[in-house]
Formats: sequence, structure tokens, C-alpha cells
Amino acid sequence: MYSLVQKRRWFYALSLTVIALGILITLYSLVTRGSAFKLSIDFEGGSIYELKFTQAGADENSIRNVFGKYGDSTATIQQLGDPGEYRWSVRASYHEETEKRRILDDLNAIAPLDRTQSQDENVSATVGQEVTRAAIFAVLVGALVVTSFIILAFRSVPDAFRYGVCAIIAMLHDILIVAAIQSLMGLTLNWEVDALFLTAMLMVVGFSVQDTVVLFDRIRENIPRHLGESYETIVNRSVLETIHRTLTTQISVFFVMIAIMLFGGASIKQFVFILFCGLVTGSYSSIFIAVPLLVSWEKRDFPFNLLTKKPELASAEA
Amino acid sequence: MRGHIRWLIVILLLTAFAVWVSLPNTLISNVSDSCYGTEENPVKPDQGIHFDFDDDCDVDIGLNVKQVFGLDIIGGLRVLLQADLPAGSYTIEDLQNASNNVNKRVNSLGVGEATVQVQGSNRILVELPGVTDPQQAVDLIQKTALLEFVDFSGITNVSQYVGRKILTDEQVKSEQARQEALAESSPAADATAEATAEATPDAAVPAATPVEEPGVPNPLTGQPFHTVMTGAGLQSAAAQLDQSNQWAIRFELTSDGGAVFGPFTGGAIGQPMAIVLDGIVLSAPTIQARLDTGGTITGNFDQEEAQTLALQLRSGSLPIPLRVISSQTVGATLGQESVNMSIHAGVVGVVIILAFMLINYRVPGLAASLALLVFIVLNLAMFKIIPITLTLPAIVGFLISIGTAVDGNILIFERMREELRAGKDVDTAVDEGFTRAWTSIRDSNISTILISAILFLFGQTPGASVVSGFAVTLALGLMLNLFTAVIATRTFLHLILAATRNAVKERHWLMGV
Repeated sequence: MYSLVQKRRWFYALSLTVIALGILITLYSLVTRGSAFKLSIDFEGGSIYELKFTQAGADENSIRNVFGKYGDSTATIQQLGDPGEYRWSVRASYHEETEKRRILDDLNAIAPLDRTQSQDENVSATVGQEVTRAAIFAVLVGALVVTSFIILAFRSVPDAFRYGVCAIIAMLHDILIVAAIQSLMGLTLNWEVDALFLTAMLMVVGFSVQDTVVLFDRIRENIPRHLGESYETIVNRSVLETIHRTLTTQISVFFVMIAIMLFGGASIKQFVFILFCGLVTGSYSSIFIAVPLLVSWEKRDFPFNLLTKKPELASAEA
Repeated sequence: MRGHIRWLIVILLLTAFAVWVSLPNTLISNVSDSCYGTEENPVKPDQGIHFDFDDDCDVDIGLNVKQVFGLDIIGGLRVLLQADLPAGSYTIEDLQNASNNVNKRVNSLGVGEATVQVQGSNRILVELPGVTDPQQAVDLIQKTALLEFVDFSGITNVSQYVGRKILTDEQVKSEQARQEALAESSPAADATAEATAEATPDAAVPAATPVEEPGVPNPLTGQPFHTVMTGAGLQSAAAQLDQSNQWAIRFELTSDGGAVFGPFTGGAIGQPMAIVLDGIVLSAPTIQARLDTGGTITGNFDQEEAQTLALQLRSGSLPIPLRVISSQTVGATLGQESVNMSIHAGVVGVVIILAFMLINYRVPGLAASLALLVFIVLNLAMFKIIPITLTLPAIVGFLISIGTAVDGNILIFERMREELRAGKDVDTAVDEGFTRAWTSIRDSNISTILISAILFLFGQTPGASVVSGFAVTLALGLMLNLFTAVIATRTFLHLILAATRNAVKERHWLMGV
């Protein structure tokens, strides 16, 4: 039988490397940009204009001039799509309704705008602060729900604490990796952390814990069935028994997500991409991190040997 | 077996109903045509399920089955307005009044499906899907439009006031409330400037007065002019051609308005009275008669001016000035492309899942595929019945719920395979698969529904409303999935096994082993 858990040190090394790289990326972003993530106008307040001109004439300078007139000379201006489409995106500060109107009129004077294919969003700082507060609240409630879910799932099991800790470590692993990916995308493609990113994060946490719980359930079921076998063998058997289900389930969700990423609209792609990354690392971490960690704990690998002073008693229970 | 056939009938009926509902333009109604045309029910709806069993024009069963799309799909405007007055200087009723007025103004634009709702203690959310001229809409919503009927008794050179800004006691009152507000740059000055340019009916009047200039007080007293009645006293107003083929505005008074306006006009016949909008004198007709219920305003209006003024009179004055604190404008054709792409994505995703289930699980896969189709149709019908506003994130939530919908079936079929491999016969294996997988299905669905609930609450913050669309469709999908993944799949699978007699049972590869 192929032994997954025997190679656990490799998996730890791989994950730790990825996480270390992720932390480096985040730190790099923190040093060069002043923040680990680019926050979107959802949280910060500000405005986004997606402009569609009907003919040539607008370039970065002329657009910047217009926004400069309204005290926004540092606006982020990007061309969207093909240069022949005359589509531009501008990220600027919050504008009152009358000011916004003057901006649009001035832009229209550079080259005619097609209003039916343009859009804009203006969020004042007040609304942004509210979203930030609600987001913090959502994260706290989410943490509470996930922890209760873990406690309930393992309430009547020996070593419940151990299972719970391993599930939470796997979850933190996923959060760190997805956050690092977001930070990288922010550095390279100017992706921003918005309300939908937080949505993706909460979904990732939910799926990650679910996957781990299904696996741990199977391990618990198998322990009394195969009393003669070593803990390592039982765990390994459980992984192989459930891996098919985990993969099949994930694959069907992946089909849909890949389809959305290939055919879906631009605003949705970032959301689905983050969700996708989260599901991949969620499945990976439950099999290659959470379960091996259980074995490490059982075998008193470093650093679990520091946890108890009576290893003889613990191994006798196994 | 009986039980399965009974379930099959239930499922087929539900599906047929759902297919009918999800088709465009669903309409069934036995309500008599004569029930429509009243003020409450002006038009017979072209969509929906309406039954009136006792023919009293009181609809006993009324469902508006109409798919509602979000702004990001059909374009339009969404603004969050905040009262521009210090807290405590107005009541929640004032805010509700302001909201009703905004609603009236918005309805005068003729946009369907407009939403105007009070949020919290100081905000009004306005959503106008499909509005073609968002700027005009914002103007109309935000315009404070303080309309006053002002006592001009004793003023001789009336015509020189037309188009000029005057000071009235009503303005002084609202200015006092405003001064208490935090000193913040407000677009009010600009709005007034625009109002001046738009609402000057008399071509002979000199160009708009500079806004900075304070209004002129009454030269006879040196005090502000006296406001007889504000726009709140008006019941209705409409532009019409009078006998001399001139455009005029016919207005009706409310009973409160009449109680003030009647005695005043009765005592001031022959005297001028000014109609003042946002401090600017629009016209200053001479009072001809005592007006208790209504009257006519004449002036040198052209058709457009008369209609604009009538609209301004009709939409009333906002008791509270409102400031836009967040807005979103989406071009009308922008979203359609995204929808087409999302539908494309959905179809491709579903086809791949169907193929995958058939190849991987064969006969059970066929049952699951049928159940998945039922699941999709039930969802589409629920979107119209509840109704759920479809935004792009909502569509993604639905598509992801399709992905997770087969999750339950996969859990069941994997169990089934294990039982078959352990040597159990097909019927036992099928039953065991369903029984044993149930707790896992329930747990995973419940935990995702809990996450959706958190997301839904998060999405209640006006700035994060995109999130709630995603959460609602996802949660709905998960709940329907508990029905289709378990009951529908089991029914289909048992019936297929029964119909094929032993053909499937003897060939275990057909069961996906």
C-alpha cells in the first residue's frame, strides 16, 4: 500500500516553503506599497470609473489631467482590453455627485463617451468604514461558527483536542496561502481585496474544515475496525478510502469554476480564482497536512515531543 | 416500489410546474379584466399567478413570477443617500416622508422595479434598475425643491422679481436647521444654480442670478417674505393647454393645503402671489379668486417648461436635504455581455458534470444527472417565485451550488461502491449507500448554509450588498439539494433498476464498480 504519511516531512517542507514565500511576498508588498494588500473602494472608500470612449483621443495623460483638475492627480489609470476598444479604468478618490458629473463631462470633451457601456462606483469613507466593521464582525462570527463546528464534530471522541488543533492548523495553512496569492496578485495585476474576496475566504475556511472533518471521521471509524494495525497504517488506509470522494467532489466544483474563469465576466474572475485556489489548498491541506500532523503528534515527532512529559503512557493508549 | 412511484409523481409534477414558471412570461389569471383600471390596480399584470376565487376583485392567490435582475446585469443606478442634517433635528417619520417623496419622484420617471427604502436612522437607498439617464434621476432624487407659495401683497413691480432669488420665512427656518449641520461642502449651491437655469420660464428675464447673492427680502417690511404654503399642500399638478392655447399647470390642493390657501387667497384677491422654487421666483400671478381646492398657474410656459414645473410640483418637496454617500452607475448594455458569458459558463459546466457523472458512475450517474436537471429547474423557478434578484455574484453562487449539488450524490455512490465491493447485492448496497451517506451530506450542507448565513448578514451592509446575492442563491441551492440529491436520485435509481429488471443488477460495471 502506498504510504502517504511516511513522506509527511516532505509535505511539511513543501507547505512551509510556500508559506514562507507567501510571507516574503506579503512583506515585500508591505515595504514597497505600504500595505500587505491593496484594499478596494469597498473598504477604503473612493471611486472606480470604467470608461468606454467611442473613438480615439483619450490617453493616460488627458484622463489624468481631467482627474487632476479635481485634486486627483495620483489616480490609477489603466487601459482595459484591446487599445482599439478605447476602454479605460480609473481608480480615484471619492467624488460628490456634482463633481462626478463634471468629471464625466470633461472626459466626454476629450472623446465622446459611450455611457451605455461605461460604469462608475463611488463609495464615501463612511460607507467604507462600515463595510470594514461588518467584515471584521463577519470574520469573528465565522471563526466562532467554524470552531463550534469542529468542537461539535469531535465532541465525543478521544483525543478531541488533537483532532481540533490539526483541523485548525490546516485551516490556517489555507488562509495563509490564499492571502499570499492575493498579495501576489495585488503586486502583479493590481488585484484588490474587496467584499467578494472576504466572501471567498469564508467559503474556503468552510470547505477546508469540512474536508478535514470527513477525513478524520473515517480515521475514527477505522480505529476500532482494524485494532491490530498501527496508527500510521490505519490513517493511511483512511486517506486512500476517502481520497476518491474528495477528488471527485472537488473535480465537479472545479469544472464549474474553470468554466466561469474561462467564460465569465472580468469582475467575477478574481472572486472565482481565489475560491478555486482556496479549494485546491483546502483539499491538499486536509490530506497532506492535517492527517500527517495527527501521525506526527501520535509518534511524538518534533515539536509534539515537547507537548507531554509522559510519552510512554500516550503510546500505550494507541 | 409504490413509494418510489408516488415520489416520482411528486417530482414530475414539481418539475413540470417549475419548468412552466421558469419559462419567460408565465401568466395564469382568472381575475376579471374589469377589476383593473382602478387607482390601486391600474394595469392587468402580464406575468404572474393570480387567482380570485370569489370574484370580488380581491386576489386570493397572487404571485408575481417575474425574474428580477440586478443593476450589474441590466444597468441602472444605485444611490445611498444620507440625511444632511444633524441627528436629532428630524424624526424617523420625516425620513420616511422624504423616502416617500423620493419614491414619488422616481416613479414619475417611469422606471419599473424601482426600490426606495429607509435604511437605519438616517439613510435612504434608491435602486433604479434599467434607468437610462442616471444623471437626471440623481438630480430629481436629490433636488430639495423647496416649493413655496409666497405672499406678494402690496408689491407693485412684480415682474422684476421673476427669476430672482427672494428670502422667505420658510427658507430662514430650514436654513437654521442647516446651519446646525456640520460645516461641510455640499452640492446644494450647484443644485440651485442648475435650478435657476432650468426653471426660468420668462425669456425676457435676465440671466440667472449668482447663487452667492442672498435672497431679496420684502422691500415693504425689510423682513423675509411670508410663505403661505409649501409644496406639501399640493395634492397633484399637471401641465395642460388652457382656453387661449397656452401651456398652464392645473393643481389640486390637499385638505390641509386648502385650509390655509383658501382663506389667504380669499383675503388677497387682486394681489400678486409668487410661486417660488428653491428661492427663485418662477412666476408671480395675480390672485383671481378664492382657491379652496385647486387652481391654474399661467405664464409664458412652453410645453416642456410646463411639464417640468408640473413634475416639480407633483414630486413635492423633500423635508430633509439628502447627500449621496455612495453611488453606482452601470451602463445598460454592459451587463448583458457578462450574463451571456455566465450562461455560457453555466452550460459548459453542467454538460461536463453530466458527462463526468455518467462516465464515472454509469447507471447511478444517470439517476444523479436527472436529479441535477430537476435541481436546476427548481432553482430557476424559485428565483422567480421568491423573487431573488439575479446579480453576477448571485449567478456564480448558483453555478457553484450546481457544483456542490453532485457532492451529495458522490458521497452516496462512493458508499454504494464500497458495499458492492464488499459483496452485498445491488438493492442492499443502494439502500446502505443512501442511509450511511446521509449524515455526511447533512453536516456538510449545514456548515455551508451557516457560512452563507454569515455572508448574508455581512451583505446587509449597504456597501457590501453584492455578497448577499451570492449567499442567497448558494444557500437556496444547498437546501434544494438536500431534496434532489437524496430523494430524487434515490427515486430515479430505484425505478431505473426496477425497469431494467436484472439487466443492471447482474452487470456490476453498470453500477460504477
